[in-house]
Amino acid sequence: MALNRYSKKEMACRVANELQEGWVVNVGIGMPLTVLPFVSVERGVIFHSENGIIGMGPELEDPSKGDTDLLSAGKRPVSLIPGGSFVHHADSFLIARGGKLDAAILGAYQVASNGDLANWKLPGAKLGSIGGAMDIAVGARRVFVVMSHTANDGTPKILETLSYPVTARGCVTKIFTDIAVISVTDDGLVLEEMPQGVTIADVQNVTAAPLIASPSLG
Amino acid sequence: MKQKRCSSTSETVQVIGDGSTVLIGGFGRGGLPIELIDALCDRRVRGLTIVNNNTGHGETGIGRLIHEGCVAKVICSFPVSKESYVFRDWYDRGAIELELVPQGTLAERLRSGGAGLGGFLTPTGVGTEVAAGKQCIHVNGRDYLLELPLRGDFALIKADKVDPRGNLTYRKAARNFNPVMAMAADQVLVVASEEVPLGAIDPEHVITPGLFVDRYCIVPREQTSLGGR
Repeated sequence: MALNRYSKKEMACRVANELQEGWVVNVGIGMPLTVLPFVSVERGVIFHSENGIIGMGPELEDPSKGDTDLLSAGKRPVSLIPGGSFVHHADSFLIARGGKLDAAILGAYQVASNGDLANWKLPGAKLGSIGGAMDIAVGARRVFVVMSHTANDGTPKILETLSYPVTARGCVTKIFTDIAVISVTDDGLVLEEMPQGVTIADVQNVTAAPLIASPSLG
Repeated sequence: MKQKRCSSTSETVQVIGDGSTVLIGGFGRGGLPIELIDALCDRRVRGLTIVNNNTGHGETGIGRLIHEGCVAKVICSFPVSKESYVFRDWYDRGAIELELVPQGTLAERLRSGGAGLGGFLTPTGVGTEVAAGKQCIHVNGRDYLLELPLRGDFALIKADKVDPRGNLTYRKAARNFNPVMAMAADQVLVVASEEVPLGAIDPEHVITPGLFVDRYCIVPREQTSLGGR
């Protein structure tokens, strides 16, 4: 029987709830950008985009109203919150490497149980795009990965050791998938949340690394 | 005062010859000096090394430079995208060389080149393919890669306002790599949206001081809407 899954919207909303007041948070391209509409300006979270935007707002619903000089890292038109600012690229990555990012929200191909991240290149491919991922994964205080729990063919994306090229070692803090929220700890992967009707065994079945059930699961 | 103003984009880029290393500002289409790139294409130069975050959007911009056979090598962080099919085609045929650099490392290598430094140590790329062939140095309990400075013979820069001294401002996130590249090339060639009289830019608002700028031309910004181009 098919598992009950979190919708993309529920995943984005769940990641949004993880962000705390006053945090500076980098968002990568793709799914991470869907988190922004769930974080009200009043919460005081400052979104950073690698191309030098501090205080990025959500992507515009009508891209034709956009400004070519105000694009997300995914090259789509975004807004700027009041009090936002711009820096050049060297300063933008000073923010990333220099410890100013409380968190980064990134997509991933694979995550290993020790927090290793793979998100830039397919195995055996001649070409891949790094972009800002390596600098941001290394520099952010917390790395939140948002991704589907398995690949399209059902292959687990959470495993003991990466089989894809590495983006950064030991950097992932927490994984948000369509069937689980998992923390990366010194003891291993701790399963903290699942959708209603999904069991610990269901999640373990599609995860290629041992999961520790959080005491909060009862 | 030295005359930096050129009458056209083609006059601005006429100093660029075959085999040059050219830094090109911009991130995707934002802050890309597309008018100077087009003028460079028209010069039919060969064997260029291009430094930019990306590898072009279809057959425009850097895609056009590659398509017209001007480029021998690109140094960038994000070569593969839906729009970079010209680059991918040339790369698959072995007709163009790629040096892949993490984006923050690319920015800092340029800054380092401009600053007259011999390189820098970064934690980025440790334990990855990027570390291949690089010195790994252990400092205060942490591993770093030694990354070397990067400079250009020329930089192509997209600015918002320029004054006769060459002082520049940028518009919104079009700033991106532009100020860093303007400090890292032997000759800096600028296309600005607007020329203003000396003194019209508040000194506090100058992002790139004119001492970095060699030549500039003006192409008014027609519209900022994405539907525009």
